[in-house]
Amino acid sequence: MAKLELRGVVKRFGDDTVCDGIDLDVEEGQMVCLIGASGAGKSTLLRCINLLEPIEDGAIFLDGTDISVPGLDPQSVRARIGIVFQSFNLFPHMTAIENVMLAPRRVHGKSRAELLPEAEALFARFGLADRMHNYPDQLSGGQQQRVAIVRALAMQPEVMLFDEITSALDPQLVGEVLDVLLMLKKQGMTMVMATHEMGFAREAADKVGFLQNGRIVEEGPPEVLFEAPQQEATRTFLARALK
Amino acid sequence: MARSKAAGITRRELYEAQQRRRSILVAATSTIIVVVALVVLVPMAPGWGKVQQSFFNGEVLAKTFPKLLEAFRINVMIFAWSAPAIAVLGLLIALARDAKSPALFPLRIFGAAFTDIFRGVPVILTVYLIGFGIPGLGLPRPWNSPYIWGSLALILTYSAYVAEIFRSGIDSVHHSQRAAALSLGLSERQVMRDVVLPQAIRNVVPSQMNMLIALQKDVSLLSFIGPVEIFRQAGVFKSLLANFTPYVGAAIIFLIVTIPATRYADHLMARQMRERR
Repeated sequence: MAKLELRGVVKRFGDDTVCDGIDLDVEEGQMVCLIGASGAGKSTLLRCINLLEPIEDGAIFLDGTDISVPGLDPQSVRARIGIVFQSFNLFPHMTAIENVMLAPRRVHGKSRAELLPEAEALFARFGLADRMHNYPDQLSGGQQQRVAIVRALAMQPEVMLFDEITSALDPQLVGEVLDVLLMLKKQGMTMVMATHEMGFAREAADKVGFLQNGRIVEEGPPEVLFEAPQQEATRTFLARALK
Repeated sequence: MARSKAAGITRRELYEAQQRRRSILVAATSTIIVVVALVVLVPMAPGWGKVQQSFFNGEVLAKTFPKLLEAFRINVMIFAWSAPAIAVLGLLIALARDAKSPALFPLRIFGAAFTDIFRGVPVILTVYLIGFGIPGLGLPRPWNSPYIWGSLALILTYSAYVAEIFRSGIDSVHHSQRAAALSLGLSERQVMRDVVLPQAIRNVVPSQMNMLIALQKDVSLLSFIGPVEIFRQAGVFKSLLANFTPYVGAAIIFLIVTIPATRYADHLMARQMRERR
């Protein structure tokens, strides 16, 4: 049994079918990268896994339990699956550390005093110790995105989803964020990442899935998918993306 | 860069300095013309002597001003207890109108009806209906006081407007903020309280400042149902002295309060524009 299993996931917005029957297995501790053109359905798929979008058909299993049952309380699931967005989405009216402590305080009912040592350790681990008390608009894009990752990690999720988290960053800031992901991988975090960073996917992923028109056209280990893609569509996409 | 060493300024700076001097000259000239026209031409009007006597009478102003100022304390008092009540009720109505749970459907209907009614009726009518209507029930003192029911009329009317401003503030918070908060496992209520409302309220502070200024002026409407506040006091003096100067005095007192408040609201608004850029 995989940590996260998607079975025939369908998501429509009106007449627009964004995810068209997606199957995917993510093993415990695996890093899965989803690649594909913008609009292929990568981001929507991640939002569905986090239950931010209800799915029309199919099922999503976490540790073998169906979490996509209509009417299920999404809060308990979201607390176990963290997501980080392209646009950071830090809360602008709170300092970095308040951003990080908000959800554990509210959801787990812990006090600031209880959480502080843990939060400070997280900031230190990701090289943000001197930025804890800054507001988001006082941070660089890379720092904001790392705070957003710390914020999701503070809930101690079992799975992390990353939705093109480097796409809004200046090129020289991309590295510091990707380094964080490598640290997480080393610690055994289960991760699914939608990305345009082909180089990173090739180096770091355990498995890569290529999406087109809401379907996974091809999936496999990066060395196969990037070196010897089986599908014509994958070859065409990679030829363009790696140009 | 082509900097002329001698002058220490660029061509462009030189040009802009010239333009600035020109604008100042034109503005000054036109202002002087207008002021001179007012000062010279208005007194030449046939009725000026009478108008000056009955509206700008220094003697009457000096005599009535302290009393007017004293009456203005009543305006301030009514304002002081109405404003917080309006803020609280307005926020509650805004939240009621955005309530999603089906159990709260009646609350949503109530919120919508409330804003429709109290935004749709002129303030003075609401003041009359509530201010005369409710004491008409024959309530014992102090519950028949026009202060209470007049204030209530203001509170209801202004809450309806303030609620709509809060709602626009709630809408102005980008939906990605909600998604981010939900994705962390917060409940809808927690998202509203901890993430959406603090940003929404900050966004609407300048607009709400304008409502406060409008409220300060509309407190005078209560004079129609009894309280001798500044407008009513000025009316008393007008009848007593057969002179309109007390009204001008009242207007001056209002301006002393409202002009700084308006400037401050504009300042907040401008700062917000800069921040949003």
